[in-house]
Amino acid sequence: MDPVFLSRLQFAAATMFHFLFVPLTLGLSILVAYMETRYARSGDPTYLRMTKFWGKMFLINFALGVVTGITLEFQFGTNWSRYSAYVGDIFGSLLAIEATAAFFLESTLIGVWIFGWKKLSPKAHAAVMWLVAGAGNISALWILIANGWMQHPVGYVLRNGRAELDDFAAVVFNKFAIMEFLHTVPAAFILSSFFVMGISAYHLLKKQEIDFFTRSFNIALVMGLLSSVWVVVQGDQHAVHVTEVQPAKLAAMESHWETATAAPMLLFAIPDEQNERNRFEFGRIPGLLSLLGYHDIDAEVRGLKDFPKEDRPPVLLTFLSFRTMVVLGTLFPLLTLIGWFLRKRLVENRWYLMIMVAAIPLPYIAIEAGWVLAEVGRQPWIVYGLLRTTDAVSPVAAVQVLSSLVAFVLVYGLLGMVGFFLIARFALQGPPAMKPAQAQVDSDGYDL
Amino acid sequence: MVLESIWFYVWGLLWAIFFITDGFDFGIGALHPFLGRSEQDKRHMISAMGPLWDGNEVWLITAGGVTFAAFPLVYAVMFSSLYTALMLILFALILRGVSMEFRGKVASPAWRRVWDTCLFVGSAVPALLFGVAFANIFQGLPLDQEHLFQGNLLTLLNPYGLLGGLLFLLFFLVHGALWLAIRTSGDLQARAVRTAAWIWLPLLLTAVAFLVYSAVATTLYANYLARPYLFVVILLAVAGLLGIRIFLARQEYFKAWFASALAIFSATFFGIVGLFPNMLPSSLGAEFSLTAFNASSSPLTLKIMLVVVVLFIPVVLAYQIWAYTLFRTKVSGEEMAH
Repeated sequence: MDPVFLSRLQFAAATMFHFLFVPLTLGLSILVAYMETRYARSGDPTYLRMTKFWGKMFLINFALGVVTGITLEFQFGTNWSRYSAYVGDIFGSLLAIEATAAFFLESTLIGVWIFGWKKLSPKAHAAVMWLVAGAGNISALWILIANGWMQHPVGYVLRNGRAELDDFAAVVFNKFAIMEFLHTVPAAFILSSFFVMGISAYHLLKKQEIDFFTRSFNIALVMGLLSSVWVVVQGDQHAVHVTEVQPAKLAAMESHWETATAAPMLLFAIPDEQNERNRFEFGRIPGLLSLLGYHDIDAEVRGLKDFPKEDRPPVLLTFLSFRTMVVLGTLFPLLTLIGWFLRKRLVENRWYLMIMVAAIPLPYIAIEAGWVLAEVGRQPWIVYGLLRTTDAVSPVAAVQVLSSLVAFVLVYGLLGMVGFFLIARFALQGPPAMKPAQAQVDSDGYDL
Repeated sequence: MVLESIWFYVWGLLWAIFFITDGFDFGIGALHPFLGRSEQDKRHMISAMGPLWDGNEVWLITAGGVTFAAFPLVYAVMFSSLYTALMLILFALILRGVSMEFRGKVASPAWRRVWDTCLFVGSAVPALLFGVAFANIFQGLPLDQEHLFQGNLLTLLNPYGLLGGLLFLLFFLVHGALWLAIRTSGDLQARAVRTAAWIWLPLLLTAVAFLVYSAVATTLYANYLARPYLFVVILLAVAGLLGIRIFLARQEYFKAWFASALAIFSATFFGIVGLFPNMLPSSLGAEFSLTAFNASSSPLTLKIMLVVVVLFIPVVLAYQIWAYTLFRTKVSGEEMAH
């Protein structure tokens, strides 16, 4: 077995699993903070129950996100040591800043939030959740700046046999990174809002706790509508930038082989990488690819054949992941827009509620597909144009990587099942009936 | 040269803070099956560290991140060389983290037993392996001229490495027991105090053995002999160890815990000071060693990161101290009424 392939598989498994939990943390923290603020301001016990109900699911999800994140930081050292030595000057700094400037705050305050119900005033307690939410999203910013640098390295010089920092501001304000942040974080908000709307829809269908779940649904709806419209508009800009700095990724995204002006877009195709053509094409729309990449219907778009074979990303996976993301991404503003018009009569529109229950997994699929596109589409480079993935791996034995990979799959598989089981269980149970005296005491600390 | 030296000690400082903060969590987790006789004891033990362990663990992430940022070559060689040991630590940390969140979520004794086992394994394994790893670093790893590690997990399990593992484990057990003495009451607290007192003597003996063995197995003392005032670090470690016993006898548990923190801090710095400027000494030849000077980042990165650290670490310490102050009180039965 090839240690490069095994290490890639392991990193893919570890990041994709980690990213099942990150987006919900980013968005649900804001929703919970908002609900708790409403409670702190009005004293309305329904908001307190909402805070505790959604907070419980937030915490299970948060725990899984935290523990799976640690392994990622260290995998750069264990499995990608040549990469680490080559780019640590820049990439390592960004990870270190993320930990000191953001993750510390998030992790310290989450403990205060869980155990501090009686130690802090309601307003202070709500403020703690705002800080958790803010720190989490700033944390995401630094991680995406780090990833943005891998996608489009800037602000460096090659010196002493490695990439050294030359312009810190250029790295931090890297347009690619900012684009990624403005795409990924709102996508996380979509996922979180569909999570809350879907679970609320389930209970509204069963006509349980109608007030509680209508309020929850509508709070999430606002987040979902705004962010899903935003992601579509911003995604279009993002594609133009990808075209500019990663032309090979664009060509693979579209399975576009021949350089052409007024390049067409294919609704669907089956790429044949061996023979450098598409085995099957469906729905050819002339000029659309030029429009997508350059906002100009006649622009010339470089085809895959104009890139040396060793510089092309895997076409099929890149092509399919882009389509998955776009199709789903278009669906989200439609669903939330419908929701906006039905928001006052949700219970009567059972068909819509059923769709929203079924839609819970869709943002998860879209967001994972987006990462597959970003990372697989960057291949064969680990740092675009600078360092090849094959040159980045650690000099460790394949058998070591194989055993850790097996351990990852087993441990993560089990954790994933337990996490899913617990969240699903609490979600379906709904909030416990309100006993005013007990509500305060109930969630002091873990449910021990 | 100055910048690299400062960073070397910042690097040591972050690991030392990680050991004194998350160290007591590891200790409590490792003591959990033995001191937690009743379900209520078990809950109280977890609640004693529950609000704090997550923030404590970030010191590890920061220590790792700073190693990556300031000494990329050390980060690369350290974690790829210690591949299996580090993977074991990471999986253990995963189990520890989720065990506390999950154990109370289903009301079933079998379910809780599963997560209690995870908590124990997830705490004891890192306590031991961090000691093994650091003792091996003190001793030197078999690194060749290309900084490639010529060994495997078994290479690390040599007598000096194992003694280091035992030392860390005992340190953390005492440290955890003392934190329990602060935050619990009644029978559980009495047992925690007794445990700390019992383990103290083996800890002292192991620490002395480690100091003596270090003279044979490592070159750590060279720096001390060149600058005798550095022996104060060892004196502080000894003072901390004695302080634990003295304050335990006086039932002053806060002070005993601080003494234990001082001992752990100084014991870590005993190695750090002795290593300087080596970060990963090679046992195959001094010229293959990674040092603060041949493995560091560019001066620009070191400067920027120094600004980041100087700005943020005091802020982090401030809000962590606030959190500790908030949760220094006894874990009450009322808090647990569920």
